[in-house]
Amino acid sequence: MHDKTLKHLSDGLASGEFSSTELTRSYLDAIKAKNGDLNAYITVTEEQALAQAKAADEQRAAGNAGPLTGIPIAHKDIFCTRGVRTSCGSKMLDNFVAPYESTVTERLAEAGTVMLGKTNLDEFAMGSSTESSFYGPTRNPWNTETIPGGSSGGSAVAVSAGLAAAATGTDTGGSIRQPAALCGITGLKPTYGRVSRWGMIAFGSSLDCGGPMTRTAEDAALMLNAFAGFDPKDSTSMERDVDDYSARLNQPLKGLRIGLPKEYFGDGLDDGIRAAVNDAVKTLESLGAVVKDISLPRTELSIPAYYIIAPAEASTNLSRYDGVRYGYRCENPTDLQDMYMRTRAEGFGAEVKRRIMVGTYALSAGYYDAYYNKAQQLRRLIRDDFQTAFDEVDVILGPTTPSPAWKIGEKANDPVSMYLEDIYTLSTNLAGLPGLSLPCGQVGGLPVGMQVIGNYFDESLLLNIGHQFQQNTDWHTKTPN
Amino acid sequence: MEWETVIGLEIHVQLSTQSKIFSGSSIRFGADPNTQASLVDLAMPGALPVFNENALRKAVAFGLAIDAEIGKRSVFDRKNYFYPDLPKGYQITQMDHPIVGKGHVEIVLDDGTTRTIGVTRAHLEEDAGKSLHEDFEGMTGIDLNRAGTPLLEIVSEPDLRSAKEAVAYLKKIHSIVTYLGISDGNMAEGSMRCDANVSVRPKGQTEFGTRTEIKNVNSFRFVEKAINHELQRHIDVIEDGGTIVQETRLYDSDKNETRSMRSKEFANDYRYFPEPDLLPVEIDHDYIEAVAEHLPELPDAKVKRFMDEHGLSEYDANVLSQSRAMADYFEQVAKITGDAKLAANWCQGELAALLNRDERDITDSPVSAEYLGQLIQRIQDNTISNKIAKKVFEAVAKGEGSPDEVIEAQGLKQVTDTGAIEAMIDEVINANPDQVEQYRSGKEKVFGFFVGQVMKASKGQANPGQVNQILKEKLKG
Amino acid sequence: MSLDRSQVENVAQLARLQVTDDEMPDTVASLSSILDLVDKMQSVDTDGVEPLSNPLDATARLRADEVTEENHRDDYQAVAPSTQDGLYLVPKVIE
Repeated sequence: MHDKTLKHLSDGLASGEFSSTELTRSYLDAIKAKNGDLNAYITVTEEQALAQAKAADEQRAAGNAGPLTGIPIAHKDIFCTRGVRTSCGSKMLDNFVAPYESTVTERLAEAGTVMLGKTNLDEFAMGSSTESSFYGPTRNPWNTETIPGGSSGGSAVAVSAGLAAAATGTDTGGSIRQPAALCGITGLKPTYGRVSRWGMIAFGSSLDCGGPMTRTAEDAALMLNAFAGFDPKDSTSMERDVDDYSARLNQPLKGLRIGLPKEYFGDGLDDGIRAAVNDAVKTLESLGAVVKDISLPRTELSIPAYYIIAPAEASTNLSRYDGVRYGYRCENPTDLQDMYMRTRAEGFGAEVKRRIMVGTYALSAGYYDAYYNKAQQLRRLIRDDFQTAFDEVDVILGPTTPSPAWKIGEKANDPVSMYLEDIYTLSTNLAGLPGLSLPCGQVGGLPVGMQVIGNYFDESLLLNIGHQFQQNTDWHTKTPN
Repeated sequence: MEWETVIGLEIHVQLSTQSKIFSGSSIRFGADPNTQASLVDLAMPGALPVFNENALRKAVAFGLAIDAEIGKRSVFDRKNYFYPDLPKGYQITQMDHPIVGKGHVEIVLDDGTTRTIGVTRAHLEEDAGKSLHEDFEGMTGIDLNRAGTPLLEIVSEPDLRSAKEAVAYLKKIHSIVTYLGISDGNMAEGSMRCDANVSVRPKGQTEFGTRTEIKNVNSFRFVEKAINHELQRHIDVIEDGGTIVQETRLYDSDKNETRSMRSKEFANDYRYFPEPDLLPVEIDHDYIEAVAEHLPELPDAKVKRFMDEHGLSEYDANVLSQSRAMADYFEQVAKITGDAKLAANWCQGELAALLNRDERDITDSPVSAEYLGQLIQRIQDNTISNKIAKKVFEAVAKGEGSPDEVIEAQGLKQVTDTGAIEAMIDEVINANPDQVEQYRSGKEKVFGFFVGQVMKASKGQANPGQVNQILKEKLKG
Repeated sequence: MSLDRSQVENVAQLARLQVTDDEMPDTVASLSSILDLVDKMQSVDTDGVEPLSNPLDATARLRADEVTEENHRDDYQAVAPSTQDGLYLVPKVIE
């Protein structure tokens, strides 16, 4: 049952093949069996899940069920969930029981989904491996010696290992797409502003975006239908109609113009991934797509630009963790300064502190122009490159990551080598564009993914491409043992 | 050496919106601690700000009132520093692109001359919470009800040349914001707060001396005292061969002195950058026009109208239009009585003295404009004399009723019955033959003595004009 | 660009992060290596380019001035480290 897509489960619930309570119990059992090894969940909300499942079954009996009613899903532990610990993977918020609900989780609850629990992540979403969590590393179910990617590693593993039918993630520099690729699932980062950030704990405010992590593009569409759209509580949320993301899934791809940026196929790319992506391109060509070589000349500059902008925003977003109103406070502070200095030194992990310090430096007097301002100028140039490309092509395609999952611990003490792994995902966040990662092959028994980047608000098109690809390939059906 | 003083003021005005600048919490003063602190105000993880349109509207109104450039595109920035009453660890403010650009106001000095004072800018920002230092077993209590209250920070050019000018400028800004109704201007409740940047330089020198900033001088009286004290300190230090250190100082009104705020171990570095949770605010010509259309009559226009329409002197017009409430009061009295000059005299005389004595605001006056108008009418129709009117005024102020009620109850109605006055005069003349003799022999000064005696006999109620006339006749003999 | 210890100390103070003597060498080294990485952007000519702070170049949407919040103090203070009489308590602040 746990390798079924959300769509299959939805149909099964609708036909009465099984109830939400039965389905939820079976997922809870699977979590009990496997979470000890995988560490995908920080918190499992068994009682609440069963109550929601019961309510969903009643709703169905009353004839009020929607496509997501009774579907058990997992939420990245970065979304505030009322009455449930919301840790963000940090000791700082280990004791934080959120007093309110995020818009994304609220909308999914209103759609009838059942929350199984909260998934592991890199602390405050800062990382590409889910190793920096206060709750220990999450393991990749394809090979438990390797990382699942990050920061939404717990969600990716939950879906991949059959511990949830679908999950939410957030993506600041690739945090949905990269773990999706490394765990063999589908992950969509929508257009910035398409999904409300209310209640989603901030990392880089101008980059953060919530999105679905699922087995298939079809499932991603069902999830996104439930939570995308304008929210008056988020000033950066776009007041703009939402598509029915399921409506266009079956459009033929004939005449679709796909751009392959040469910078995404350069020296750093693993040969196996290159071959897998090239095969995927051939499949899409066979479906009628037209391929064109393009250039995104400033791709490499996305790394410095991102690793200034994201830490700069993070450095001040994380100032609120001061031990005054919630969260961790150090023992017996001698005075106010001591409270600040120790609360924050003890409450944050090494990577978070590193990024806070880099961001603080980049904004500090005398360095603002050379770092922060410069990075924001580069950001515009990077965005302009994409817009130039979109004059010629409908979507841009390339690998999601330069290499498959690496060994746990391998890059843990070398932040720079970890940062370089984000090369293909960062620029879409800087530009605010949507990107969809799809499983497209395996390298050494580990899944790898390709990424389709669309123009603003083109999520429907991306999901259409993803669905058509998945109708003609079986990478998304493969599951770890 | 002769010193010239240079002063610039930064005035924080709380805008009288219903809700906070970035959240739907009430900004009502005096609520129980932290009962008006929402998820946004508390900086809960994941909470986000949304900008209040009314704060924008009020800021634009101020900009129009001081003839300033309005920022068609203004941008919020984060100002980063740690303090327990600043929940996010940054204040949302405006740095490079404020809503209000360069403008100016006119101030009138005591000698009647006017000066134009430049306003560098005015920007929107959020207020911080309050730290309560009473003893919570050695701890400080934090109340975040005030956190997020909309503020307009109005920054002047260093155009002020004395503490008196600074006070006049502060009063002018106070009158503008209260006229506009964008703030209640209540300094005691902190609705209007002032920091002063102060320096001295030898007269004739063009470059500025080193300045110090005096924080939180929050009454008109303290502004003058604090600035004067600080100026004298500058001069003393320099004349003793010392140098002024650029720093922030706190004014202690009990001791009338300023002291250095505990020197920070590390310099502040606020790391301003554009607030990514809020987008740039763009307003168009139509928006500005709509605000302009609803602007009330402003102090300068009112002064001019008081002079033209009511024939007041510039001084009187200025005093009476200093606050919108005072001006409205005066106009009501003038309307009731049909005599603007008499109304002006009473407003600036008895009424001002009363308010001053009781430390009350005009909005809180124990004598309403209707009652003062009625009182003046009774002078006009000779029911009471000026002198009795003052007595009636006092009684009305004490809450003894309307002027008519007081006059009635105390039997203060003026005696205008000629027979009664003649009788009293006859009695006085008969009782004082020596003085009569003196008067008739040419010592006319004695006349005053007779008037006094008659008024005394009438308990002040005899009509003075009639007394004068009849006395003169009778004394002729 | 490499940082020296005093720069790191200054940054740590601004960010209110205690860095112990033991942690300092690694901190200095890792921050320096990150700055080396980001300094690659210094070679790009960005003269005259307007910084982009919101990817959609969107502008503000304004909220009507209405009180929409109720008192949830007990709820919100349930997660606070230290409160008394409705106030958050912190070590004494000395002005």
